[in-house]
Amino acid sequence: MNDIIEICGVSKTYASGFTALKGVDLAVRRGEIFALLGPNGAGKTTLISIVCGIVRPSSGRVRVDGHDIVSGWRKTRSLIGLVPQELTTDAFESVWNTVSFTRGLFGLRANPAHLEQVLRALSLWDKRHSRIMTLSGGMKRRLLIAKALAHEPRILFLDEPTAGVDVDLRHDMWQLVSRLRGEGVTVILTTHYIEEAEEMADRVGVINNGELVLVREKSDLMREFGTKRLSLRLRRPLAEVPEALSAWRLELSGDGGELTYLYDAQDAGEGVAGFLDRVRDAGIEFTDLGTTESSLEDIFVSLVRQRQ
Amino acid sequence: MNLEAIGAIYKYEMVRARRTVTQTIVSPVISTALYFVVFGAAIGSRIQSVAGVGYGSFIVPGLLMLSLLGQSISNASFGIYFPRFTGTIYEILSAPVSPVEIVLGYAGAAATKSVILGAIILLTAGLFVPLHFLHPVWMVAFLVLTAVTFSLVGFIIGIWADGFEKLQIVPLLIVTPLTFLGGSFYSIDMLPRPWRTVALFDPVVYLISGFRWSFYGIADVNVGVSLAMTAAFLAVSLAIVWWIFRTGYRLKT
Ligand SMILES: Nc1ncnc2c1ncn2[C@@H]1O[C@H](COP(=O)(O)OP(=O)(O)OP(=O)(O)O)[C@@H](O)[C@H]1O
Ligand SMILES: [Mg+2]
Repeated sequence: MNDIIEICGVSKTYASGFTALKGVDLAVRRGEIFALLGPNGAGKTTLISIVCGIVRPSSGRVRVDGHDIVSGWRKTRSLIGLVPQELTTDAFESVWNTVSFTRGLFGLRANPAHLEQVLRALSLWDKRHSRIMTLSGGMKRRLLIAKALAHEPRILFLDEPTAGVDVDLRHDMWQLVSRLRGEGVTVILTTHYIEEAEEMADRVGVINNGELVLVREKSDLMREFGTKRLSLRLRRPLAEVPEALSAWRLELSGDGGELTYLYDAQDAGEGVAGFLDRVRDAGIEFTDLGTTESSLEDIFVSLVRQRQ
Repeated sequence: MNLEAIGAIYKYEMVRARRTVTQTIVSPVISTALYFVVFGAAIGSRIQSVAGVGYGSFIVPGLLMLSLLGQSISNASFGIYFPRFTGTIYEILSAPVSPVEIVLGYAGAAATKSVILGAIILLTAGLFVPLHFLHPVWMVAFLVLTAVTFSLVGFIIGIWADGFEKLQIVPLLIVTPLTFLGGSFYSIDMLPRPWRTVALFDPVVYLISGFRWSFYGIADVNVGVSLAMTAAFLAVSLAIVWWIFRTGYRLKT
């Protein structure tokens, strides 16, 4: 069994009558980092909440590590750690007590050594006796992660873990996630920062209007949808794209000094070399050249636009 | 059974009580002492005795019930309402904890606090008037049963409430009046005829009567009836709690 989470035909219509998920099918592989991308209101949190047992699906089934989340709820929930999107914490409780509470709630014996390790990894050890209300927003965010890790979950859901978190901390979190992955923990994260998915994820799923639009290996996605750009800095500006090159997808900059060739990442080999030959044949000289790839963000934006 | 989870919730709630010790222990003790000054000393000096028991001693079981009901309800309702209010309930909903375990943790802690409170009130009362317990085992049984039942009622209110106001409304508007009418400070035999009949519809009468019987052997209604009514309360509360979890009422969307 390679899939640790199997979501089959899951729909959710809220009491208000709003349908947040429309027949979602998704399989998450054991040990991978899966990024769920989607605009506000796409249904990411709803989907996560269903897997965690907080929201009831209107239809469909979910299996976690081979157990159904309804009939095998005790087993599936004990495998999962959840870091919610909202900063929901107690106020008066101490850091130490609240992580201990979580561990107990998940049915595990007290293990101060493990909790210490988790708190240290999240730079909260010095704050262990502090009341939660005295922590900063970023510290609270880390505390939520510490709570989710207190019971040594095999699956970790991070619902926008780095929203409102500074750059340093974001990098710390990326590090933590890759360490967890090293320990075999499956991580599912939602994010608005595409660079985050690009940095961390093995696979990416895009959800929009309650529908899973696509699921792909990140590298495949980049290759498949990524448009590459080859820019030539011209020795002499052109007034317009020469007739001889009209068969190619070209853009000429406003001042005529830069010619850009857009091509799909897949057919990179032949295209670029052929194009450069044509350029020389046309008698166009250039002083410099460079290529850029589109980011996941560009891919994402174009995908979501396309479907609307 | 996730015993660790029950323990975690229970401990968490008990720690919360320690933080709010003024609210949970000190204020009921002070108000009990005040009742003794006002009812016991001022009024009690006019009423010699009720059914052979000095008035001051007579009101002790009723007074205790008054605090017990109020505190059980407010403790348990706050305990579960607060995580709903702050959103931390997500953690309990996503944990491998069954409804029974959640209730055992929350209502168990609330009931424990109430029983401790009851003991403290008894000790306070003992400073003012002589006390004796004719049926100590039954006394403890009534105390625990009532504490558990009304902690469950509190739990239900904490789930039903969608604001702090609703949290206060039931204890204030229903429980306190019923307790006063239910013979905390008098025997319902002392009421004129029509009111006596009305009082018999007040469930708290049965709780107080049975509880007083365990102290002094005097009762407004038969002890068996009291016990049956208390057990019926418990059963109804349990049924409602069961229904809440089965339907996910106000807990899950
Ligand atoms: N309890 C609820 N009752 C009614 N509608 C809801 C409820 N919770 C969420 N929704 C709706 O369901 C849709 C999906 O919400 P969800 O929180 O899953 O989105 P999301 O993808 O997590 O968005 P974001 O990126 O903003 O966090 C939204 O339109 C939201 O308004
Ligand atoms: Mg969300």
